[in-house]
Parts: sequence; C-alpha cells; structure tokens
Amino acid sequence: MKSDIKLIDKEGKRLDGRKRDELRPIKIEVGPLYRADGSCYIEWGGNKILAAVYGPREALPRHIQHPLRAVVNARYNMASFSVEDRKRPGPDRRSTEISKVISEALEYVILTEQFPRAMIDINIEVLDAEAGTRCAGLTAAAVALADAGIPMRDIPVACAAGKIDGQVVLDLGKEEDNFGEADLPVAIAPRTDEIILLQMDGHLTVKEFDEAIELAIKGAHVVSELQKKALLAKYAVAKEVKQ
Amino acid sequence: MKKEVRDVVLPSQLLGDTKKLKAGPGTFVENNKIYAETLGIRHIRDNTVSVSPLKGFYQPHTGDIVIGVVEEVGTSMWLVDINAIYPALLHVNEVPWHVEFGDTARYLNYGDVVLAKMLPSSESDRLQITLKDRTLHKINGGMIIEVEPTKIPRVIGKKGSMIAMLKKYTNCRIFVGKNGRIWVEGNPNAILKIEKAIRLIEREAHTYGLTDRINALLREQ
Repeated sequence: MKSDIKLIDKEGKRLDGRKRDELRPIKIEVGPLYRADGSCYIEWGGNKILAAVYGPREALPRHIQHPLRAVVNARYNMASFSVEDRKRPGPDRRSTEISKVISEALEYVILTEQFPRAMIDINIEVLDAEAGTRCAGLTAAAVALADAGIPMRDIPVACAAGKIDGQVVLDLGKEEDNFGEADLPVAIAPRTDEIILLQMDGHLTVKEFDEAIELAIKGAHVVSELQKKALLAKYAVAKEVKQ
Repeated sequence: MKKEVRDVVLPSQLLGDTKKLKAGPGTFVENNKIYAETLGIRHIRDNTVSVSPLKGFYQPHTGDIVIGVVEEVGTSMWLVDINAIYPALLHVNEVPWHVEFGDTARYLNYGDVVLAKMLPSSESDRLQITLKDRTLHKINGGMIIEVEPTKIPRVIGKKGSMIAMLKKYTNCRIFVGKNGRIWVEGNPNAILKIEKAIRLIEREAHTYGLTDRINALLREQ
C-alpha cells in the first residue's frame, strides 16, 4: 500500500518516538484468572491480551486423543470490540491460521509425551489489538503455561521485526504494519534459540531478511526476561513472607 | 544452617551438570546439562537435583489414599474424578458391597464422595481405585476443602504433625486425600478455622517455620 505517511523522521525516530531497535512498552501480569489452571494478561503497546490454560485433562471428543502424547489446542480469538471497525465475532480464516501456528509452536516446547490421551487447552483472547497480536498472544500463552505448572523444555517467546520506509525495524506498530513494506513475526525457544514460528508478510531482500530475523530474536530475548521477571514476581513473593 | 526460603526455579532454568549431579524428578537432561521442567522448588539431596512443582495436578501413585467424586455410573463400574488428568475406574469387584449387575446407582450415585485407594496400574493413564479396605468408605456429611495437590505434604506435616495439631485444636474429624482434597467434619466454626489454617499453609507452603505460625494462628482464635 502506497501512502504519504512518513514512518521514520529525519532524526531516525518512528511515529511513536521509538528508535529503530526499540520495543513498545510491555506489561505482563501472571494469574489474573481464578478458574483457569494458569493465566496471563499482557499489555504490549496498544495490545491487550488475556491467555488462559486449562489442563492437561482427558481429551474429548475421544477421537482427537493421541495414545502416546497430549494434544495442544490453542485458540486465538479477537473480541469484536478489539479493532476500530467491529470485527464479526467467531473464528475466521485469519484466526484459524494463527491458532494453528501457535498450537504447533507451543506443542514443540511442551513435554507432551508425559500425558498420553490428554489435551491442553490454551485460550488467547485479544481484547484490544494494535499490530503484533500473534506475538503478544504467544508470549502470554507461554507465561500462562508456566503458571499452570505444565512441564516445558523452554518458555517460548515471540517478537516481530519488519521494514518501514526502507529500513529494518523492531516490533511494528499499527501504522507501521499497515503502511510498511514487510512484517516478520518470529517465535523462539530462548534457551536454544530455535525458531518455532516464522511468518512473513510483504517483501524483503535476503540481506534484509537476515537482518530482520536477528533483530527479532534480539527483541524476543528482551521480552523473555520480562516473562521470567513476571513469573518470579508472583511466585517468589514467599521470599518476603518469612522476614 | 538452613536458608529462610526455598529456591523457586522456572521451566528451562539450568540446574547443573550431569557430571556433578544426578537428574531427579521434575528435571530433564539435554547435552549433559540438567534443566528444570516446571515452575517449582529446587531440592538437592544426595547429589540428586529435583524440582517439586508449585502448581499442578495430582500425579497418582499406587497405594495413595484419595478423595474422589463419582462422575459417571456404569452397569458394572463407576468413573470417579480424583483430581488427576484422567478419571479413575472403580469396578464393582472393588467395593465392599455385593452389587447386582446394573444396580450400581443404588450404592454410589453421581456426586457421591468416596475415600478410596489407588490400585497399581500398568499404564499411567488407566487409573483404578478400590474401596476394599477397612479404612475406606463412602463419605457422608462434612465438608471438602480443595488445595493444590502439590501442597498436601505440607498440610500433613512431618509424620502427620500438622494434621495432629489441627485435630487437637479444633476437635474435628479430618481425612487428607493425597489428591488435594481434605474432608473435615465437626463444629461449623471449627471447620472455618481449619479452612483458614489450610489456606495459610497453601499460601506459605514453601517457607520454613510454618508449623509455628499455624500453631500461633490456631491458638489466638
């Protein structure tokens, strides 16, 4: 899409005043939902997302059961009021796809072989959307999984990079996503730096692609630290109890 | 000298090297390094590092005494929710009554609560329980308090010290199921007192000197 909007000004500042390699402000809260086995609320720039984990529990209907491991069932859903024009409620092509890629990314890190015939449900509810909801949703889902006490190889984390006004930048905002040249969401397992989700929208040269991936992984590591801090903040409360 | 607080670890946190330590429950090994697999408390005992989860579901072991709720009635068995991943099977041969075929609902119906024992099972996902023991029975009356199954050892205390103390101060009957359900019967005020104490245990399970604080709480009321 061509437009007259200048996404980067002369001093290299972006529309919201961020530098090229700067993330939007992120706030992570662990365990806001009482009924869920694990839950997380994340605010990532203008995104507001709730993630809830239920299970492992017996997989129903029976035919989805796997005799040797658990099935991971993530469901990404956007609230009808999460975007400017009302979104028609219910699953659509886009959210079905995002649910699938997030399920597969999370399944890779969960030790599913410990729970034959079981199912782990992850609900990701986007309350307010402002570009990068799949990254924020996956990040929140990972924290909710850890909160639920589910055994995992790693706490996955996601972050996007992209290209606006000919430059590779980190974590696109709404206008940057709409009028920029490319968007590249990446999810990694931060301990091993394995890529568990990679999608791209737009055009990048091979050189720009390499640069964007490197930038996204760097950003993901920053978010990863925030995830760990949020988890410890809830569970290390006990450190003060005895003093 | 013991430390004040036990160490909280996150999944995928590095715990040590396989050359120096052995990997215990709640951990996994990758490239000779030991990592935590769940959010939990780290223990190192006899050169073995293990992680006991802070949150999670009940992991059944043979011989555990559990409190279950009947959720399905069949012609020759019941399915009982025992707070584990899968419901447990209670076969008519495993109850102390003589049950005619198809007459199961007369003895145990939906929502009935039983104190049962885990039977050995070949696969981890096919659980079976029994009522054939003098101490096991259907539960009538009283109240059930649910806690995180991982905190049950703290509710019981060393050699049952915590439970003995709760009984001493409140004069209630208490059964603790390993699956995170606690049955209490007695004076309603005493039950409230017990629930308060149990919630405190649950909240501060990973700290030291808990018994003394519970003792103080029970005494001041």
